Amino acid sequence: MSGTAQIDPVPATTGATAAPVIEQRRPAAPTGGPWAWARLNLFGSWWSTAVTLGLGALIVLWGVRFVEWAFVHAVWSVPYNASGQPQTAACQEARGVGACWAIIADKYRLILFGRYPYEEQWRPAICIVLFIGLYVVSAIRRFWRRELFLIWLVTLAVIGVLMWGGVLGLTFVPQDSWGGLPITLILATFGLAFSFPLSILVALGRRSTKLPAVKLLCVLYVELIRGVPLISLLFMASVMFPLFMPDGVNIDKLLRAQIAFILFAAAYLAEVVRGGLQALPKGQYEAADALGLTYWQKTGKIVLPQALRLVIPPLVNTFIGFFKDTSLVLIIGIFDLLTSGKVALSEPVWQAFSTEIYVALAVIYFAFCFAMSKYSRGLERELGRATRR
Amino acid sequence: MSGATADPRLTAPRTPPRRRVRLSWSDPVLRSIVWQILIVGLVVALFWYLVSNTNRNLAARRIATGFDFLFQAASIPIGESLIPYTPSVDTYGYALLVGILNTLKVAVVGVVLATILGTLIGVGRLSRNWLVAKLAAVYVEGLRDIPLLLQLLFWYALLQGLPAPRQSLRIGDAVFLSNRGIRLPELVWGPAFTWAAVALLVGIVLTYAWSRRARQRQEATGEQPRVWPVALVLVIAVPVIVWAALGAPFAWDKPVLHGFNFTGGLTVTPEYTALLMGLVIYTAAYIGEIVRAGIQAVPQGQWEAAGALGLRHGVILRKIVLPQAMRVIIPPMTSQYLNLTKNSSLAVAIGYQDIVSVANTTLNQTGQAIEGIAVIMAVYLTISLSISLFMNWYNARIALVER
Repeated sequence: MSGTAQIDPVPATTGATAAPVIEQRRPAAPTGGPWAWARLNLFGSWWSTAVTLGLGALIVLWGVRFVEWAFVHAVWSVPYNASGQPQTAACQEARGVGACWAIIADKYRLILFGRYPYEEQWRPAICIVLFIGLYVVSAIRRFWRRELFLIWLVTLAVIGVLMWGGVLGLTFVPQDSWGGLPITLILATFGLAFSFPLSILVALGRRSTKLPAVKLLCVLYVELIRGVPLISLLFMASVMFPLFMPDGVNIDKLLRAQIAFILFAAAYLAEVVRGGLQALPKGQYEAADALGLTYWQKTGKIVLPQALRLVIPPLVNTFIGFFKDTSLVLIIGIFDLLTSGKVALSEPVWQAFSTEIYVALAVIYFAFCFAMSKYSRGLERELGRATRR
Repeated sequence: MSGATADPRLTAPRTPPRRRVRLSWSDPVLRSIVWQILIVGLVVALFWYLVSNTNRNLAARRIATGFDFLFQAASIPIGESLIPYTPSVDTYGYALLVGILNTLKVAVVGVVLATILGTLIGVGRLSRNWLVAKLAAVYVEGLRDIPLLLQLLFWYALLQGLPAPRQSLRIGDAVFLSNRGIRLPELVWGPAFTWAAVALLVGIVLTYAWSRRARQRQEATGEQPRVWPVALVLVIAVPVIVWAALGAPFAWDKPVLHGFNFTGGLTVTPEYTALLMGLVIYTAAYIGEIVRAGIQAVPQGQWEAAGALGLRHGVILRKIVLPQAMRVIIPPMTSQYLNLTKNSSLAVAIGYQDIVSVANTTLNQTGQAIEGIAVIMAVYLTISLSISLFMNWYNARIALVER
């Protein structure tokens, strides 16, 4: 556009050069190198430049402050007196200026393992490793076969043995003294292991055309659960379940919360699975019918393998949500990771250092959730590539 | 039709052969009936079992049933309430109403603020400025992966760590930030403000009428009369003139430090602030992703085509791009609004007295767990259903009308 405007409208007639006179142009902006990149992406216009400078100044200012707080002026350890009480004078002095990481150094066992007997804490530590190993194995597509089910069963059984003990020379540890990260992982893992099959049944029930009564039940279940907050279900588990049970039957608090959690998760997962069932082309159902397969053959061999594959990314996202939601058991007093963090803060000498504890807890939760979300996105890309072919 | 071809077998209405339920397992109709009876029977039996257990337990523990407690005086202290409330005088029913209003207060404000912040984040992620896009991405990634409850506890601890009222942080001598909350000056309301508000209402109605006329005119003649100058005069200038004509009264009720706390002015409690901050900051991360997806769903060609038709920039955005983006945005946005409302129940962890917190205290004081939880669930089901009904109505209104 500007190029044509610069061409001389009256061509020179006298000179030997009949070609139009072209004004000298500025050299083209360099297209490579960091400077060109910065000019394009950081200083594209005066507005963009102002935003870049403003935000950059803030980042530098806060970044420097944060580094000073977290590292430069931080207190990493505190001395203990003769009776083993921490002397927090150094931390009190550094308050507001530097972080007091000494609280983490002092309390990390409590935060990770709760009130589990101190000498036996290697057992929950192994459980954490086993849980993480289980997740990693389940995430690798090469292991997606029937044997995986067996691996889960064995691992969960081993975890149960390790946590409870009472066999193989391990001392028995009652469930009341479990706590910390293992509880969070138990709630999340067992919750998903049980709610996932349940959610498939509910989703199939909701899609059923031949069983209207069952469909109605499933719709009621899903909509009722999704309409109320998880807290109300947890309250129900903690104060109403005991009333439901016959005399003398006393279900443990953790198990009650676990049941509430499974019922809650199944309703949400059912909607995700239903999305997959709906997205499957109708021809697949009809082809299966044409082959004369029974309902369960059709569902198990044709529909579910394809439908579930379609919804793996949203399923993982829902899993992330549940992993975060396990922290809600704090409200009914179950000793999970967040609760143990709060308990660590209840000691008078450490009370003022909640930020440090919360930052540490956030890092743990973030590590798990971020790994899952990264994995989900990678998987989405991979599966997307397969279907785009 | 000629009589020669009239074959009664062809013209007779064809009725499908009557199906009879055979008493055989290979009959699908029979099978489905049996299955349904079995499954529904199982569920009913389970419920029957639980209910009978519950009744027996309630009788054994001598726990009263029914909602009579709603009319008894409640001894629940409630820190903040939108309607006047006195503990030990007002009833449990009234206390629960205070709780419901507190839930709505945080949910409504939270939805509005989260939408604004989320839209900024979503647009920011698409910014051509690398720094802005990266910051928005870090915001979304970071805050989505940390549990909301942890964030709430963090904000609450941070607000409680503020200095006491005597050493409070201040902006001028009007706004005070202390561990007792935020103190703001309150406008002294007079008749002039009431009239100005009336003028504002009238102005909004007139502006709406004008914009309708402008649209009719555009449809009839193709002219696009400007709306914003009229709106500016009617909505801003006229109320200000009314207010000025009535003497332009202007007075603040400023907070003043008295002993250990402030008197006068408006207070925003630390509990409310922490809950609102947590909810808004957390939900905005999700809304940002929804907005980004919505904007990316509208092809660039739509902008160019509308530009080629000679429409103004604002008109393109309002009439071409946003309506299309909205279709993608509305359904997931609805579930985020619902999530925010349900998540406001986490208030109980930081001591903000919403419906869950009040109902929880009620059930602890009266011992009537079933009724207390029924109240919580009923309230949330009502709120959830109303939000989804409204959003479904809105979604249907803006949906693509297909031939």
